Amino acid sequence: MAKIEVNKEKCKACELCLAACPLWLLRMSKEFNSFGDHYCEQPDSTKCTGCTLCAIMCPDMVITVYK
Amino acid sequence: MEKVYGIPEGIHDVKTSFCAGCTHLNALKIIMESLNELGVRGKTVMTLPIGCFLNAAGTYDLDTIQCLHGRGAAVATGLTRMYPEQLTLAYQGDGDAISIGMAESFYAANRGEKMTVIVINNQIYGMTGGQMSPTTLVGQRSTTGVRKSELTGFPVRFPEILATLEAPGYVARAALYTPKHIMQAKQFMKKAIRCQEEKGLYSYIELLSFCPTNWGVQPKDCLKYAEENVLPIFPVGEFKSCF
Repeated sequence: MAKIEVNKEKCKACELCLAACPLWLLRMSKEFNSFGDHYCEQPDSTKCTGCTLCAIMCPDMVITVYK
Repeated sequence: MEKVYGIPEGIHDVKTSFCAGCTHLNALKIIMESLNELGVRGKTVMTLPIGCFLNAAGTYDLDTIQCLHGRGAAVATGLTRMYPEQLTLAYQGDGDAISIGMAESFYAANRGEKMTVIVINNQIYGMTGGQMSPTTLVGQRSTTGVRKSELTGFPVRFPEILATLEAPGYVARAALYTPKHIMQAKQFMKKAIRCQEEKGLYSYIELLSFCPTNWGVQPKDCLKYAEENVLPIFPVGEFKSCF
């Protein structure tokens, strides 16, 4: 059982984390943060293995991984 | 549930003004993780010449000196001779280290000063507005023109040049393109810092980075662009190692 936590305000919508996830569990939100950017979100955390690849790839240190 | 990965110790949780998709902060992350894991962050000084990395100023706990454009290795030489017990890093860009400060970078390596030079290679001048740099690929578009080999020559492979010298202890090139590349870059970074700390030798590490704004490529398409164009010209690996 693992999950990620996203700091919505720091996300700049570069979408590098989407390609980093081997299970394609991430997507971009429909809503905007206060800077006018979409942010990444994980709609379903049941399949997440906590491999931390998305957090390693994220340049802005938005993602924190819990396991 | 416990935290398994987050912001490394020493970096503040604030938003920086880097472009979306810029991998400069991945470099900062692996530097901080390496320094933390080796336990030497408290005695490290970093010189920062002009470049995009100044956008991160004040967001991390490390002693820094800002210096003239291209003179990172020259200022680091003074630091390391004055304080040989400290670790000295020079964090530079490709235009900064290989074009403007070519003489300083090259002769610091040739003298074998006790320092680690970290060069971010994104094949273009980032902060000054996308001008052509020595590592710009043949046929790549920049604001000062398209590189044509008959007029401006070919991309400079600086680590390969340094690897032919006698004095450097560790010379490597890594990429910041995928999680796999970043983990490899962290291993190289730790070796470069250990080379300085344990053996007192010069070490050089070049990190290939994305620059979506000045390449004119969407961040999500950068990986494909880089794999097709950059990695064949700039191979990843260790060119000289003292271990």
